[in-house]
Amino acid sequence: MLDIFSIPPQALFGQLLLGLINGAFYAMLSLGLAVIFGMLNVINFTHGAQYMMGAFAAWLMLTEFDVPFWAALILSPVVVGLFGIVIERLMLRRIYHLDHLYGFLLTFGLALIIEGVFQWRWGSSGAPYPSPIPGGTNLGFMFLPTYRGFVVVAALVICLVTWYAIERTNLFANLPAATENPTLVRAFGINVPRLITLTYGLGVALAALAGVLAAPIQQVSALMGTNLVLVVFAVVVIGGMGSIMGSIVTGFGLGLVEGFTKVVYPPASNTVIFVVMAIVLLVKPAGLFGQTK
Amino acid sequence: MAETLLKVENLQAWYGESHILHGVGFEIGRGELVTLLGRNGAGKTTTLRSIMGIVGKRTGTVRFENHETVGRPSDAIARMGLAYCPEERGIFSSLNVEENLMLPPAVKPGGMSLEEIYTLFPNLKERRRSQGTKLSGGEQQMLAIGRILRTGATLLLLDEPTEGLAPVIVQRIGEIIRQLKSRGFTILLVEQNFHFAATVADRHYVMEDGRVVDMVASADVNASIGKLQTYLGV
Repeated sequence: MLDIFSIPPQALFGQLLLGLINGAFYAMLSLGLAVIFGMLNVINFTHGAQYMMGAFAAWLMLTEFDVPFWAALILSPVVVGLFGIVIERLMLRRIYHLDHLYGFLLTFGLALIIEGVFQWRWGSSGAPYPSPIPGGTNLGFMFLPTYRGFVVVAALVICLVTWYAIERTNLFANLPAATENPTLVRAFGINVPRLITLTYGLGVALAALAGVLAAPIQQVSALMGTNLVLVVFAVVVIGGMGSIMGSIVTGFGLGLVEGFTKVVYPPASNTVIFVVMAIVLLVKPAGLFGQTK
Repeated sequence: MAETLLKVENLQAWYGESHILHGVGFEIGRGELVTLLGRNGAGKTTTLRSIMGIVGKRTGTVRFENHETVGRPSDAIARMGLAYCPEERGIFSSLNVEENLMLPPAVKPGGMSLEEIYTLFPNLKERRRSQGTKLSGGEQQMLAIGRILRTGATLLLLDEPTEGLAPVIVQRIGEIIRQLKSRGFTILLVEQNFHFAATVADRHYVMEDGRVVDMVASADVNASIGKLQTYLGV
């Protein structure tokens, strides 16, 4: 196949690996969106801003309080997750009974406000975050910074642990039933509002965790989540709304598709995911892993 | 009558702007099996939902074991020891039979074990891996009843458990309800089927237009049959 396209293997494997790293972020972010949508029926457009907040929190912890990366990896998602919980308690809670459109407008507006505040306070040029694992390995076809390899592995572990906790343990066993008939589940003695709050907090914490992992790779800037979240929404649509495993597989898969396109036809690499989305919507409107309700 | 378990006084309830209950009052002794009878729209289901705290707005007093429930959220009421089996059964399509059975958390010690529930409903054991909503109507009703026996709740609120079921299944549900009573459960049963209610209950409250208008003990049913038929329009 390589001969047909006359592609040098170095370029191919190099781009596929970069695609895999991007895919790791797509997977983590679409996972959080899937968790939130599956439980709250809210499309969380604040997700990109919460990812940015995760990166910013880590950066502020480092520059203001000398908190190292590994501590920020835990602390930042906790702080941003708590912020999400406040948002859920004060605002989102009031609109569950309304049409999806209101959830979209509220979370989209929040994202604009949050990003505006960060831009106003810290500007939009971005700040560097030193890599916590310097160095790298020459793989023959490319030089792989150790930290990027770590990110792929960490993202896989995070995704699989989340999937396992939701689908295979009792921790979240009530989630599907609470989505199906919240009134009855509550009348059985389960505190459904608290369950919803914690689920939103978990989804937001996942976005912040991805943000912390992204900080040493990208510049930490107020708008770092804006473009990414558009791609992530395409990933969610392709994978199928609310499907946990679907969002993980699609996230990594589309990262690879993007990387492959960069080798074959570079100008299309930014568009290819949206082309895939359009095709999937035509052929299987519920998404690759989604179920038609 | 035995010690009072549930005492309802001047219970009023609303759905949005509609005022449905206009001062319902009745009481149930521990271990009793009491029915609410009445025509469609008399407020029987709303009474159960008001006790459980899942109507729009309610006022009055509903005391369970001498603790007030009005003003508390439904999950807190459930944890006091009340369990609700809704008219539409509320079987979860996203869960299989056993997951449906295991969904309600234990609220008090002394609930039935899964094995005991399967002994009571052998059909459910056979189909325990089936999707809950794939069961027949009768099996779904048994699942809806079985589901609230594990939790340790002492008062069961059953809303029309015989609705739309074949006579042989109705008979089976009747046997089960009698068995539950003999196990010590207190039961408040809403029924349209008066003949079914008469075979299982100790006493009957009659509802009309959002109020309790009469009470008939099962022993007096034959003497009051004319009056009851007028109430129920049968």
